[in-house]
Amino acid sequence: MENKPLNFRNIVWISFALAMVAAPHAERLPPWVSIFAGVLGLWRLYIAQRRLPLLSRWLLFSMLGAATAGIYLSYGVIFGRDAGVALLVLLISLKLMETSSPRDAVLVLFLGYFLVITNFFYSQTILAGLYMLLAVLVLTAAWIGCNRPSDDYPAKEKLHFASMLLMQAVPLMVVVFLLFPRVQGPLWGLPQDAYSGVTGLSDTMSPGSLSELSLSDAVAFRVKFDAPAPKASTLYWRGPVLWRFNGRTWYARTYTVSEPPRLQALDQPLRYTVTLEPHNRNWLFALDIPGTFPPQAGITPDFQILSNAPVRIRMRYEVASYLKYQTGMDEDPTELRRALQYPRNSNPRARELAQSWRRSLSGDEAIINQALNLFRNDNFYYTLLPPLLGEHPVDEFLFDSKRGFCEHYASSFAFLMRAAGIPARIVTGYQGGDFNAIDNYFIVRQADAHAWVEVWLKQRGWVRIDPTAAVSPLRVEAGIAAAVPATDPLPLLVRQDYPWLRQARFMWDAMSNNWNQWVLGYTQQRQMQFMTQLGMSEATWQNMAIALLVASGFIMLGLAGMILWRLRTAPRDPVQKAYHKFCGKLAKNGLARRPAEGPLDYALRLAQAIPQKAEPIRSISELYISLRYGTLVDKPAVNRLRQLVSEFEP
Amino acid sequence: MNAIRLAVENYLNKWLFRLKGPEAGPVVLTQRRVFILPTRQGLLFGALLLLLLIGSINYNLSLGYVLTFLLAAMGIISMLHAFRNLAGLHVRPGKTDPVFAGEHASFAVCVDNHRTLPRYAIAVTRKKQTPVFCDVAQSATATAEVSMAAPRRGWLRPGRITLFTRFPLGLFHAWSYVELDSRCLVYPRPDSSKLPPPKPHSQTGAGFESGQGYDDFIGLRPHQPSDSPRQIAWKAAARDYGLLTKQFIGRADAELWLDWNDLPASLDDETKLSCLCRWVLDAEAACISYGLRLPGKELFLAYGKQHRHNCLEALALFGLEDGKQAA
Repeated sequence: MENKPLNFRNIVWISFALAMVAAPHAERLPPWVSIFAGVLGLWRLYIAQRRLPLLSRWLLFSMLGAATAGIYLSYGVIFGRDAGVALLVLLISLKLMETSSPRDAVLVLFLGYFLVITNFFYSQTILAGLYMLLAVLVLTAAWIGCNRPSDDYPAKEKLHFASMLLMQAVPLMVVVFLLFPRVQGPLWGLPQDAYSGVTGLSDTMSPGSLSELSLSDAVAFRVKFDAPAPKASTLYWRGPVLWRFNGRTWYARTYTVSEPPRLQALDQPLRYTVTLEPHNRNWLFALDIPGTFPPQAGITPDFQILSNAPVRIRMRYEVASYLKYQTGMDEDPTELRRALQYPRNSNPRARELAQSWRRSLSGDEAIINQALNLFRNDNFYYTLLPPLLGEHPVDEFLFDSKRGFCEHYASSFAFLMRAAGIPARIVTGYQGGDFNAIDNYFIVRQADAHAWVEVWLKQRGWVRIDPTAAVSPLRVEAGIAAAVPATDPLPLLVRQDYPWLRQARFMWDAMSNNWNQWVLGYTQQRQMQFMTQLGMSEATWQNMAIALLVASGFIMLGLAGMILWRLRTAPRDPVQKAYHKFCGKLAKNGLARRPAEGPLDYALRLAQAIPQKAEPIRSISELYISLRYGTLVDKPAVNRLRQLVSEFEP
Repeated sequence: MNAIRLAVENYLNKWLFRLKGPEAGPVVLTQRRVFILPTRQGLLFGALLLLLLIGSINYNLSLGYVLTFLLAAMGIISMLHAFRNLAGLHVRPGKTDPVFAGEHASFAVCVDNHRTLPRYAIAVTRKKQTPVFCDVAQSATATAEVSMAAPRRGWLRPGRITLFTRFPLGLFHAWSYVELDSRCLVYPRPDSSKLPPPKPHSQTGAGFESGQGYDDFIGLRPHQPSDSPRQIAWKAAARDYGLLTKQFIGRADAELWLDWNDLPASLDDETKLSCLCRWVLDAEAACISYGLRLPGKELFLAYGKQHRHNCLEALALFGLEDGKQAA
């Protein structure tokens, strides 16, 4: 089979399978790569169809050189995740150009399987998995086709064989997937761009940064409460706390995590489990205010939970929070000074306003109320599409545009407080969430991103103030979709005007959640947990390896029995069967056929022994002889023989 | 070194492959007789799997694990399929036509499938030759020809024939050896030295060269100026085929004895046999009745395919013990 060149059909199958695998990359690759690869594929098909000679090695090598240079120009590197994928796509299409023997074809197909796995860098959703399964099926069918030199191997049979092989492989795959001892990656340093393109909060906040995030309906995390869930309006998911303000942008601090900060709980703890999507940062989100924090993480003095390593795979953790609490009663004066910092030359009008409040009003609470009333009564709008702001964004927002998203309200409120001498800091995170009644958990999306303010009051410590709630109570009560005008471009799936769509979305999300928990989130930790649940006394890798060998051995035995069983099934010839029945009937009457007796001799002997049945004996024997030894092959004749035999009574 | 290799090979043949010389009748490729090993492609596939596994670990790709394990399981299962594709087939020798020494003998190998399972891409080969691939449908038979050089006259045996398959994925090579009870008769190589044939004892005086007569039409040849105009195929000429001459043969009454003792005593036996072989062929071509006299054997005057075969067989096996080839 090595020396027989591939036929046109094989080339079509291979090219189509590879195109299927490469297709999802098209949206991420530079357009020239997709076009180049596509043109090469079509070219190869043209060559195969017209039986033209293949391109010369020389030309292929120069194309390879050009492609590599092109990748370098597009990405600035040759290796690395994205550039590597682009290079692989080009390499495969160039290899296809010189593929003419089954041996080359298998090499290309192996590269195709490798390309399948690169798709999982970008997406591992259910849909992506199903699509890739289909691609693997077609790749395998193409592969099987290369191993059968005959020219007409119908597509249906090829696909049937491939799907049978894959189906038989599933039980073994499941067992190995569950039992293969997991190693926590990475094994070595990953390329710089390995985790690019994940959405999430950042450690800075400037006008427009959160409203941008609100356009994404990507899931940030999912939460399952142990007890009945509290009201959505109380769900403030605490993320990065921002301290430093430069007049426009708020910045986070760097911390040295030491002792957990002091916290006075005024409530029962609320326990829940968070499944956090990877966001390539260290923040772990928890309800205001977290009382515990998971292992492999620490808590900062301003109650941010920080993971020891950036969250690069989906992560499950358990936390307990107190919705009623008191903190920071004895706050360090240097910390308070930090919470009063602002650039002296920025936003003069707002500063003047705040200082006038300080002069005219008595007490911090009065100033806070004054600021909230400003938002409430002065025609402020809550919108996803605020106008752009210039040099003094707080001034322009407060006195001119009066249209903004939560970051505008939080930023200007915190600025007013600091200008009035009240320590204040910005807390970013998420607010609310969708309750999925199908599996009883909350989904918090990027669209739920929110920012609020904490001010420090002498008698009460740090107190949460949400200025957005003053403008748009609906935002906090019922979520973003209810709060912004219907004309704002919210993600379709967050909107409330299609209830059935939301229902379908919940169903789908429940499936995705299980997929995440069991397939994608099946980490070392989860594996240990599962093994213990299954009754393994000690989930060490040795025990798992033994279990793996035993279980896969049993499966292989079963499969071998099933597959080799068909070697025992001989086709039953209906003619032979009918004649055997005929002989059996006579044998009961003591007229069994002798071992060396031919059907003709037997018939003659029978006719002499029972002359009254000579006629049916003759017709059965003649029919049998012509069906078995003659050229007569037709279905009605076989049926007639059967009928004659069943009517025959010796 | 070579001695060790030979010893190992002999040992394997005897104890593992259980080869005990030709087997009569159809040989069933029982499960005991089918062997299986990974191919080079299989090893390459193993390397690919390792690469996929490392990638999955490094990038924490759960679906990468799924793909890796699915492909690994599929690869292993393809071993069972390759094995099943070959096991249970019946192999028997097919018809084998005699050849002349120096030509290639071609042995037909019939592969019967008595099962409901169709078999794909079964290869039949002998010693590292280019294999012949065939598909064998349910309850069907496929015939493959295995060719082999026939350097010497006598009986030629194909020796060990290999049947193998790599279907469905080419990762595993399942094979079985059979030694079929088939043999090919090798006639002596026709002499090319053009030793003049003996004079036929003829009433009409026609020899080999003038074997043409006027009785039976046998075909057309290009016209030569010396040909009689009565023999020109005028109908063909009218259809613009050019001038052609009709050829006839007459069943000449010539009788020709091809005698071992007529040959110069200086020639060795094999050359004598070659000469006789050439004469038999020439006499047959000239449509002359001929007989053959060998020491201890005489084939009486006759003519025709069967007679030709009998004469050539006598020459082929002259002086050989049954079933042996000439030295």
